[in-house]
Amino acid sequence: MTARTVRGAARATVAAALITGVAACSAPGAGGAAAADSVVVGIATEPESLSPLLGYGKDGNSKIFDGLLTHDADMKLKPALAEHLPEVSADGRTYTFTLRRGVTFSDGAPFSAKDVVFTYRTILAAGTNNASKTELDAIAGVEAKSEDTVVFTLKYPYAPFAERTVLPIAPEHIAGAQDVNSGDFTTRPVGTGPYVLVGWSKGEKLSFKANPRYWGGEPAVKRFTMAVIKDDDIRATRLRSGELDGAILPPNLAKGFAEDRSRRTYAARTFDYRNVTLPTHHKVTGDLAVRQALDIAVDRTAMVDKLLEGAGKPAFGPVPTDSPWFTAGTERRHDLDRARRILDDAGWKAGEDGIRVKDGVRAAFPLWYTSGDKIRQDHALAFASDAKKAGIEVTAEAGTWEVIEPRMKTEAVLAGGGSPADPDFDQYLLLTSSLGGDGFNNMAWYDDPAVDAALAEGRRSADPAVRKAAYDTVQRRLADNPGYVFLTHIDHLYVVNDRWDGLGTQVEPHDHGLGAGPWWNIESWKPEPKQK
Amino acid sequence: MTARRTLSAAPVLLAVTFGVFALAALSPFDPVKAYAGTAGLTASQAELDQLRINLGVDRPLAVRWWDWLTSALTGDLGTSAVMRQPVADVIAERVGWSALLAACAFTLAVLVGTALGVLAARRAGGPLDRAGSALAYTLEAAPAFWLALLAIWFFSVRLGALPSGGLTDAGSDTVTPGQVASHVVLPALVLGVSQLPWFFLYVRQGVADALTEDPVRGARARGLAERRVLLGHALRSGMLPMLTLIGSRVPELITGALLVETVFSWPGVAAATVQAATSVDFPLLAALTVLATAAVLAGNLVSDLLYGLADPRVGFDG
Repeated sequence: MTARTVRGAARATVAAALITGVAACSAPGAGGAAAADSVVVGIATEPESLSPLLGYGKDGNSKIFDGLLTHDADMKLKPALAEHLPEVSADGRTYTFTLRRGVTFSDGAPFSAKDVVFTYRTILAAGTNNASKTELDAIAGVEAKSEDTVVFTLKYPYAPFAERTVLPIAPEHIAGAQDVNSGDFTTRPVGTGPYVLVGWSKGEKLSFKANPRYWGGEPAVKRFTMAVIKDDDIRATRLRSGELDGAILPPNLAKGFAEDRSRRTYAARTFDYRNVTLPTHHKVTGDLAVRQALDIAVDRTAMVDKLLEGAGKPAFGPVPTDSPWFTAGTERRHDLDRARRILDDAGWKAGEDGIRVKDGVRAAFPLWYTSGDKIRQDHALAFASDAKKAGIEVTAEAGTWEVIEPRMKTEAVLAGGGSPADPDFDQYLLLTSSLGGDGFNNMAWYDDPAVDAALAEGRRSADPAVRKAAYDTVQRRLADNPGYVFLTHIDHLYVVNDRWDGLGTQVEPHDHGLGAGPWWNIESWKPEPKQK
Repeated sequence: MTARRTLSAAPVLLAVTFGVFALAALSPFDPVKAYAGTAGLTASQAELDQLRINLGVDRPLAVRWWDWLTSALTGDLGTSAVMRQPVADVIAERVGWSALLAACAFTLAVLVGTALGVLAARRAGGPLDRAGSALAYTLEAAPAFWLALLAIWFFSVRLGALPSGGLTDAGSDTVTPGQVASHVVLPALVLGVSQLPWFFLYVRQGVADALTEDPVRGARARGLAERRVLLGHALRSGMLPMLTLIGSRVPELITGALLVETVFSWPGVAAATVQAATSVDFPLLAALTVLATAAVLAGNLVSDLLYGLADPRVGFDG
């Protein structure tokens, strides 16, 4: 090679770059609003896998799949792949499902009882890396009694079991033929659901098209795209530019669309709580007076107004105040004077620096929050500042779960959770004394015999009145002996173009993935009649 | 030289992969927790322990590394836990898009940087030189993701001229060259501009120095046109440090791409690297690091080859 060829090559490169540049400029710009039968929404997180066997869609609304049952807009169970709600035996340990006939997977193969059995058995197999399988812990066995009958037998009577059967069903003829943890099916799923996956460009978007064979009728929205945009500001920007038809947004950004008459803001009610664990095994937070004082020293209304810009509700327990499961009368008023009195009476006397001391123990403890989580950080700082007014020193500290986990037994954590389908789902794991320190369950090692008994009653009894009474007991005990200070229930905000009918939101859980948002039922959206 | 370099790359790659495994093992992140995600917060300890065994992360570091290495040599790169698919698939569907982005950005940085550098050096201390240098230092200090947000705000929101993210419009299901061309502009521009100052400053300095050297004085004395003097003599000798830079900027380009790909939802390998690292996904992390190491080694090789072409005093076997 000589200098001349190098120069020639350089010229060619410049020319190529120029051509590329020109081509780029002449390419069409950002697409405007698409046709009415196509919807593009912006979401913040994407699933790791689209295989129900690995946990995708376990709470329903998976688009690609159906469960035996599903939830309607009011979170009531209704049949999906099952023909009607299950028959439950008198001892509450046998659930019999009769399956819908004539349902096919999107590849044309018929759906039958063996697919149901395959799905549940595979999830429960030890070799399947499904982190949510604990939720199916009650299952002792699942069997196909005939082509269209499936029978579940449980290890113990478990009243909310039917709520778990919204779990999507995978086709055995496809998923059974490959590695469950890494096979093609995790990225190219096939199901019975209203939509068929067209493509999944990880980190960019998931595209779906309507399933013409869908047993519930082909959806009116023919093409549905979920664009994965992690950054809130950019998601808002792409919504404003018209590229997105809808997006999930934090309250401060959703406010920017409040005046926009072509878009509507949907605030989904949730069970998504933030709380502070008060570890039983810490000298200060384990003290009943300190717990009671902190519980009324926090100004929950101020947190909702200032931290959430009004998009939320004060929380007094895992159950939000507007749920039918909520125990009226367990609301606690912000009452700093009473908090101080409780501490005074219990012998916590203010020291020189204003922080209380009892028997040589200073009323001080650290409060951990996960680093990078702004909402938890804000809550932790607000909690610390409220506690300070009552004479308790709380030091907010940031860390990853790896740092926090070994400290959970004795140090407070700003935690979150919430599952709307049944009170058992989050309360049993959160409050049962025997689950103290089991993974991330019962982080505070809460230990109250009356609560344990009520939780056991609540999950066993099939009688709604008995169950309601049991969860009332839990909520009352939690007010008397707060092992956790519940702070807020956080609304999830979505802004959507006002071009379709049939939109609304379900009550959403803490972990809101693809199935949440006004597009939870996109298969039943209808284009709005043209107004011009 | 190429063959010898390739040969010496083998021990480097070997050491790098072991280093990755060791670093990942030392990192405070827990692969099981990363795999389980939010589901892990409600899982029982027994399930989490089972998951640890299934993922194979309970075994000692050296065993895991050896297993990975031996199967990688037979062509099996293993399975990525975080992506739930084979590592080879993860890389195959992403590496092309990253290469496109990096190539566009690098071309932009080298060409524009060199051109501006020569212009600035011609009138050292002139208005272009001062403005250019000041801007270059500012840009060098500006983080790439900040530039990206600024670019999106200006070009997408203010002007509405360019799409702000993704490979194609979110609503379109097919990947057409036109769509990709319009979507690559902003990320490539941001990545290129974040690399450009280095080339600008090096060329400016190199050419300015060369302008005071004897060959240039000689060329001028022979009455050659200023243009010829500048491009044929000063640039050619002033370009040498810039060629070294090409090799050493490759790692910077990769780290810059990490941020840019994330901000622009660009489905490349860099975005996958971030996920692999925070999830301590050993097989994916190791494969991506090998890829990055290979890119750096190749960058160095290319700059050495260019060096030899540009400067006859440099031999290829030295």
